[in-house]
Amino acid sequence: MLILRLNKQKPRRMSDSMQTLEEHTRSDYKYGWSSDFETETIPKGLSEDVVRIISAKKNEPEWLLAWRLEAYKYWLTLKEPKWPNVHYPEINYQDIIFYAAPKAKKLLNSLDEVDPELLETFKKLGVPLDEQKILAGVAVDAVIDSVSVTTTYKETLSELGIIFCSFSEAVQEHPELIKKYLGSVVPHTDNYFAALNSAVFSDGSFCYIPKGVHCPMELSTYFRINAANTGQFERTLIVAEESSQVSYLEGCTAPMRDENQLHAAVVEIVAMDNAFVKYSTVQNWYPGDKNGVGGIYNFVTKRGLCAGYNSKISWTQVETGSAITWKYPSVILKGDNSTGEFYSIAVTNNYQQADTGTKMIHLGKNTKSTIISKGISAGKSQNSYRGLVKIGRKAENARNFSQCDSLLMGDKCGAHTFPYIEVENQSAQIEHEATTSKIGEDQMFYCLQRGLTEEDAVNMIVNGYCKEVFNELPMEFAVEAQKLLAISLEGSVG
Amino acid sequence: MLSIKNLHVSIDNQSILNGINLEVKPGEVHAIMGPNGSGKSTLANVIAGREEYEITAGTMTYKGEDLSAMDINERALEGIFLSFQYPVEIPGVSTSNFMKHIINAGRKHKGLEELDAMQMLKFLREKVKSVGMDESMLKRSLNEGFSGGEKKRNEVLQMAVLEPSLAILDETDSGLDIDALKTVADGVNQLRNLERSFIVVTHYQRLLNYIVPDFVHVLYKGRIVKTGDRHLAVELEAKGYDWIKEEADGVSA
Repeated sequence: MLILRLNKQKPRRMSDSMQTLEEHTRSDYKYGWSSDFETETIPKGLSEDVVRIISAKKNEPEWLLAWRLEAYKYWLTLKEPKWPNVHYPEINYQDIIFYAAPKAKKLLNSLDEVDPELLETFKKLGVPLDEQKILAGVAVDAVIDSVSVTTTYKETLSELGIIFCSFSEAVQEHPELIKKYLGSVVPHTDNYFAALNSAVFSDGSFCYIPKGVHCPMELSTYFRINAANTGQFERTLIVAEESSQVSYLEGCTAPMRDENQLHAAVVEIVAMDNAFVKYSTVQNWYPGDKNGVGGIYNFVTKRGLCAGYNSKISWTQVETGSAITWKYPSVILKGDNSTGEFYSIAVTNNYQQADTGTKMIHLGKNTKSTIISKGISAGKSQNSYRGLVKIGRKAENARNFSQCDSLLMGDKCGAHTFPYIEVENQSAQIEHEATTSKIGEDQMFYCLQRGLTEEDAVNMIVNGYCKEVFNELPMEFAVEAQKLLAISLEGSVG
Repeated sequence: MLSIKNLHVSIDNQSILNGINLEVKPGEVHAIMGPNGSGKSTLANVIAGREEYEITAGTMTYKGEDLSAMDINERALEGIFLSFQYPVEIPGVSTSNFMKHIINAGRKHKGLEELDAMQMLKFLREKVKSVGMDESMLKRSLNEGFSGGEKKRNEVLQMAVLEPSLAILDETDSGLDIDALKTVADGVNQLRNLERSFIVVTHYQRLLNYIVPDFVHVLYKGRIVKTGDRHLAVELEAKGYDWIKEEADGVSA
């Protein structure tokens, strides 16, 4: 068995994080611009032809086209779900461009060959592509407008037998793996947006960790929506073989747009016996302006399958962006003794709406799940936690602990909790705790009396409230997450 | 240092302070005593700038500046410190993290370099020791699960760390046993010097056995009805407040 020590990332001093927090509290949406590199798109609208065009552009095998078409046909029979606690005008799917890619150039061997403007974009985003950042130990598969542009560290990883590449590349290079696992956790029949994604997904990431390998670095993908009017349909698949481990990071930003942009991604994770997959997300898409104009619709299906004995899947998410978020990273605990975790911070401000939570489906014996959800509502936003804990008939001695906290800032926002518990096995132990609190005037006065500004005080109190979740994030992300929290809550006090 | 003239304050249209006059010079320790509901805590909070109080008349001048024109944190940065009667809890924020923020906010205001993590730790350890606290409290969430004594010591620790020009202690002795009271008083006495002024708000005289005041003022119905030296406090302890009330009510009747 091959075990490598996890690369230590260059530690950042905590004072840095507060400094950056401070720098960001007054900034406008930082990532609001669009780059001018050439974009290749197809006409608006969705039809069987469009599905065929996408598949053809990506030079896909016949079976995958068939798979897409089946999903498309199924999608046609579905209606958009109305049960989430969010409200938005009807989406016109014929007004969306379903594919955009930076125009294909020849394959690149080094960063020098990459479009300088693209590099500049990465730089603004803080994507660690330069040499210095590479030394920090982050392998990046950067996805811009649906097509992977450059991949670093792939060679190092491939020596360990780890596959980390764009989804399209995986389709070409590792079709047997894709064929085996694609749709195995989130079938196209799962829901409306999963069906849509299955039909038109453009690109994404694929990650395969072979038996016994502990991935020596954090894997990260930066998604970015760039071309105007372009829906983004990412597809991510992570397979962790027996006794393997991987920590995967996903970070998102999108430029400022007036029209709403639809994003419907699918993430699938499979963990075999004794495997551990940790998936962390910092989501910072454009939330719309202060009056609720614009912003991303983020309708995502994320699910992990603990297929093997003693396997573990852990989701950590910090959701600060998007006008509307509809997202329930879930774990199916099929293997005996498997573990599922969900740590979440969901921030809504101004007119943002979030309906997010998780599903923990206990099927195997002695399965355990933990849910820690921290909702923060400010402005006129609505923030809902929706979670299902299901204990199947054969899930002897299943255990779940859920904690759902809501923090309200101001008196025009809303926090809602929709916990669902379904138990079919009486040996289950389920605990559910929930709190709702406000940042008290007493707390604010206390902090101000010690010389802190209102922004610093709020950031400190909020960061304290979110600490249990921040602790789950890799350090690099924890710092970014704190920045995002500050940006999102900007102007919510005083 | 602080000059309060004819201060009238009300909350929800109910008047609490009815013409306070108080002159605090550098290095002086003023005790504010009085029966419950006389307006002692209101005075402390108004000086610190708490917002729900409305100043209906009068002036407060601090270091020559109009205090009412200054924000809460500005007053703090300019050296006004309030030791809270009920220190608040901030879950998830460790005491050391909180200290780091307030120390660096203060340093930044003075144009000094912020302390890095190592310097901060060293500095805090020394200060923690000086107020007789256990270092382990630095790791705990601010005031969360602290005993009454620990909370008050934590207030004194913050005072020691921020080195204010004017420290206001609002009922710092309440809820303390005699040992904790002594520790807190020691902490305060260590900070006494020729420049630093104190306003000690207390219901009982016992704290003043340890923090010996230069002046004792008795507040009653929102007015200072009697001023004396430390012996006035002893007299109050022996005789209670009734004779003061009678005197004051007799005058106003």
